[in-house]
Amino acid sequence: MNVPESWLRSFCNPPLSGQALADRLTMAGLEVETYAPFGPQFSGVVVGEIVSVARHPGADKLTVCAVSTGNGKVEVVCGAPNVRAGMKAPLAVIGAKLPGMEIRKTSLRGVESEGMLCSARELGLSNDHSGLLELSREAKPGQDVRALLGLDDWVLTLKLTPNRADALCILGVARELSALTGAPLEAPKIEKVFAKNQARHAVRITAPEGCGRFTGRVIRGVNAAAPTPQWMKERLERAGQRSISALVDVTNYVMLELGRPLHVYDLDKLKGPIDVRWGRKGEKLLLLNEQTVEVDDSVLCITDDSGAIGLAGIMGGESTKADEATRNVLLESAFFFPAAIAGRARRYNFVSDASHRFERGVDFDNNVDGIERATRLILEICGGEPGPTEDLVARLPERKPVAMRIARAQKVIGVPISADEMESVFSRLKMPFRKEQEKFVVGPPSYRFDLEIEEDLIEEVARLHGFERIAAHPPRAALTMLKTPESVRSAHSLRERMAAADYREVINFSFVEQAWEADFAGEADPIRLLNPIASQLSVMRTSLIGSLVDVVRKNHFRKVPRIRVFELGRVFLRDAAAPEGPLSVAGLRQPLRIAAAAYGRAFAEQWDGVERAVDFFDVRADLETLVAPLALRLEKAKHPAFHPGRCARVLIEGKPAGWVGELHPKWMQKYELPQPAILFEVDVEPLLASPLPRPQVPSRFPPVVRDIALVFDAGTPVQAVLDAIQAEKPAIVRSVRLFSLYRGAGLPQGKKSLAFRVVMQHTERTLTDAEADATRDALVALLGQRFSAALRA
Amino acid sequence: MQQLDGIVSRARAAFSAAGDAASLENAKARFLGKQGELTAQQSALKNLAPEQRKEWGAKFNAAKQQIEQALEARRAEIADAKLAARLAEEALDVTLPGRGRGRGGIHPVIRTWQRVEQIWRSIGFEVADGPEIETDWYNFTALNNPENHPARSMQDTFYVDLKDQDGLPLVLRTHTSPMQVRYARTHQPPIKAIALGRTYRVDSDATHSPMFHQVEGLWIDEHISFADLKSVYTDFLRRFFEMDDLELRFRPSFFPFTEPSAEIDMAFKGSWLEISGAGQVHPSVVRNFGLDPERYIGFAFGSGLERLTMLRYGIDDLRLFFDGDLRFLEQF
Repeated sequence: MNVPESWLRSFCNPPLSGQALADRLTMAGLEVETYAPFGPQFSGVVVGEIVSVARHPGADKLTVCAVSTGNGKVEVVCGAPNVRAGMKAPLAVIGAKLPGMEIRKTSLRGVESEGMLCSARELGLSNDHSGLLELSREAKPGQDVRALLGLDDWVLTLKLTPNRADALCILGVARELSALTGAPLEAPKIEKVFAKNQARHAVRITAPEGCGRFTGRVIRGVNAAAPTPQWMKERLERAGQRSISALVDVTNYVMLELGRPLHVYDLDKLKGPIDVRWGRKGEKLLLLNEQTVEVDDSVLCITDDSGAIGLAGIMGGESTKADEATRNVLLESAFFFPAAIAGRARRYNFVSDASHRFERGVDFDNNVDGIERATRLILEICGGEPGPTEDLVARLPERKPVAMRIARAQKVIGVPISADEMESVFSRLKMPFRKEQEKFVVGPPSYRFDLEIEEDLIEEVARLHGFERIAAHPPRAALTMLKTPESVRSAHSLRERMAAADYREVINFSFVEQAWEADFAGEADPIRLLNPIASQLSVMRTSLIGSLVDVVRKNHFRKVPRIRVFELGRVFLRDAAAPEGPLSVAGLRQPLRIAAAAYGRAFAEQWDGVERAVDFFDVRADLETLVAPLALRLEKAKHPAFHPGRCARVLIEGKPAGWVGELHPKWMQKYELPQPAILFEVDVEPLLASPLPRPQVPSRFPPVVRDIALVFDAGTPVQAVLDAIQAEKPAIVRSVRLFSLYRGAGLPQGKKSLAFRVVMQHTERTLTDAEADATRDALVALLGQRFSAALRA
Repeated sequence: MQQLDGIVSRARAAFSAAGDAASLENAKARFLGKQGELTAQQSALKNLAPEQRKEWGAKFNAAKQQIEQALEARRAEIADAKLAARLAEEALDVTLPGRGRGRGGIHPVIRTWQRVEQIWRSIGFEVADGPEIETDWYNFTALNNPENHPARSMQDTFYVDLKDQDGLPLVLRTHTSPMQVRYARTHQPPIKAIALGRTYRVDSDATHSPMFHQVEGLWIDEHISFADLKSVYTDFLRRFFEMDDLELRFRPSFFPFTEPSAEIDMAFKGSWLEISGAGQVHPSVVRNFGLDPERYIGFAFGSGLERLTMLRYGIDDLRLFFDGDLRFLEQF
């Protein structure tokens, strides 16, 4: 909402500078987004009267003009085609500042020029550069052009919250300003215009739940082609309204002035009585914005015998539009309930000034005032004879008195605002109230739609008191310590671990391209967005892998040689069996996952030349770091994203919790990655457990070490071997570690050698060599028996 | 007697001349060995008179001791020289870069998230959690958002192809407030919680991302007032930006879920910048928490984590956060 300062001050003129006034409104909740001069910025431009025009001696297209500035005369070189003696035009004198230039004394082809005669474009007023801007004949030479053109008006651009529809007009803002500053409110006086004839048009309200009031008036014999007076055009323009025609301009003017939307019909185009009713399915209507809409029974319509002729409270129709040929008009000044209008215009993809106001709430008590005001203006501008004002009231909103307890207001606001001040707030806001024992009972005005409960009034008190005057004091509250469970760790600690393991955190959108879901998760039916912003962001991801592959890809194309990234975020899984819960929604699961991708070199490029690509076991080690102290196991399994031979299911504490693998070569090809990326994705929830350590006293006796190297079938998984040892090892075996894996020369085809280092230790005595040897032999026997493993020769 | 002195000085000279452990041992043999010069002198002892023996013996022992000391000293010298040579040999160019892994890092928005959490936890706020695909009730209705509110339109809210138990389509939460509702419904006052997380709105341009992060805070008790909100939130921003004199401005605004409502601006480079929406929790919302608004009052606030991050680190392009560009992220 654009409020010209001069218009506002004509209703309420507090002794404040424009900026101070703007700040005051902002701090009361009517946010002034910008406070800026209406016109372009220039200075030093006065009315120049061109006394004589002579040819320039050195240039055919230039003239030398003698220009009167009221108290003197200057000689100016000019190139405009429309220059002539006797005309008045803007003269930028020496020192004048125009948009983008400053005027200095110059010589143009040998003739001194003491200033510049200006076109509209040179002043930044429009794009017109066809000639000098011709000023009115009455303009006085030497007069400041800014004042003459009314350019010194400033405009306050208000960004209003939806609860303050009452301030969507100059009067409303003035009313607020008066309440804030105590400066008197000089509302425009509305005088009744008496009927000159008995012309009427019949109106019926079939839908009183939508249209509460319809005030109408016929005016006959208007000259619709009459020009809109300059003063009205200027006010409309500064308020951001283009001038259209006298009749339309009058309705817009009254809307801006009083907040009272009006509509004007060409009376002769109406077919029978007006009926305000809900639309009928299939009914169609061509609107004034040249849009054809189809209505239904949720859209309130203005109708006549021909059907719908307007969308109530939103926009009129083309069929009954008043145009230049119109002679007789019907003025409409209606009240529509916000609930009957809200959302309807948006459904047709537009908003109008009227719908913007009606959906927020329009004063239901100024319908007649609006008609009288508009009638007077129309008579002044277009002439004509008014009929009587017909005020049809069907049903008006209730304005129940609202009680506000003094103590409650003080408690909620937190400072002891006095009852006297509260009283003054309500009187400044011109709200009828009475003070009872410990409370105020206030009657909300018809133009306020946001005063229904006690808090609404508390807000008014706080607002008028001034938020900036509410002292901030640290709250007093009982001190209790937060629970800090040691056996639960936070997702942040997982992030810290990944960062420490040389991974960079990324954040990707939760909605992804559908192909990623199919490729990297084998998911054909992910949860779909009904209104995605783009087709490549249309489904909710069930896996973080696709997003990470994309990040790898983007960085690869940016020539980053080594890419290590992770993300922690939710995935979204359909699950018809998932119940409603305190932290969950029925029908789906939304678990947090953590995933990582490593690509390119295992180590950053470095001086000793150690260079190899990152591989599965590098990433497995990172995963182990992340999971510790929980037990991690990998199990050979297949996953659509991964190379079938280089992929494993991740088990945490024995339960499946995710996947790790090397990107499938077909995806490397499809997504243009020359090297394999290694990725993992695991559930966050099991990782958050972090059992309390249960330490044991270390043995004081020396450990004994034995190495055993055995030949196994190449297909024997190491995990199976380790499991067998773990399950059956004698008590003195403290650890068994694989320290060598060998395949190749010296071994039969299809065999591999595994060498284990066995550390033994007794808790109560020193082990003998014999004991150690016996234990080693037992392990060899065990593996021989289980895996047909033979000692390596 | 003089012979002994001569042996000592010859031994010393021989030891000094020995350049390594082996030649030193050879030299040692020449004097202290079985056939050594000093050992040879020992036989002279027999020829002496008993009264002379004592004196001579003492001298002999002194000479032997001197030679042995010289030997030890030279041994140490040679060992030191050898060690010094080895150490010199082993010297590294300590200015070479370190080897092995690089350094990972936390995303800047998450860094802000962690800081915000830390600051609020320092006065006893717990962290609330909740789903990102939400029901209409938790996202809108519980928060006093009227049914025809423009926020519910498809132009602002993402909807998915699943319905809740009332048959309404599920939404991607448009704010972190539903987490507060869930928290408040499962906890008893005093309720002090912050909720941080991903949020979604149908908006995508240079200053809006369809996915972004918010933090919201909630404090409900029998007496938590608007004045408390002013104090606590001011404190928070000053701690967050580490500026004790950071100026804030609370101005009246409107949100369906708070009343009185405030927009909070902070002074930034000579102008006011919107940083948060806040207010006293609306009685209908307190009721939806399952509490009696007559008894319980309190405040709520919400801020964008991206905005806080951008101001904190001087970033002016929101899109950098979601582009995964390592050249940008590596700076954190």
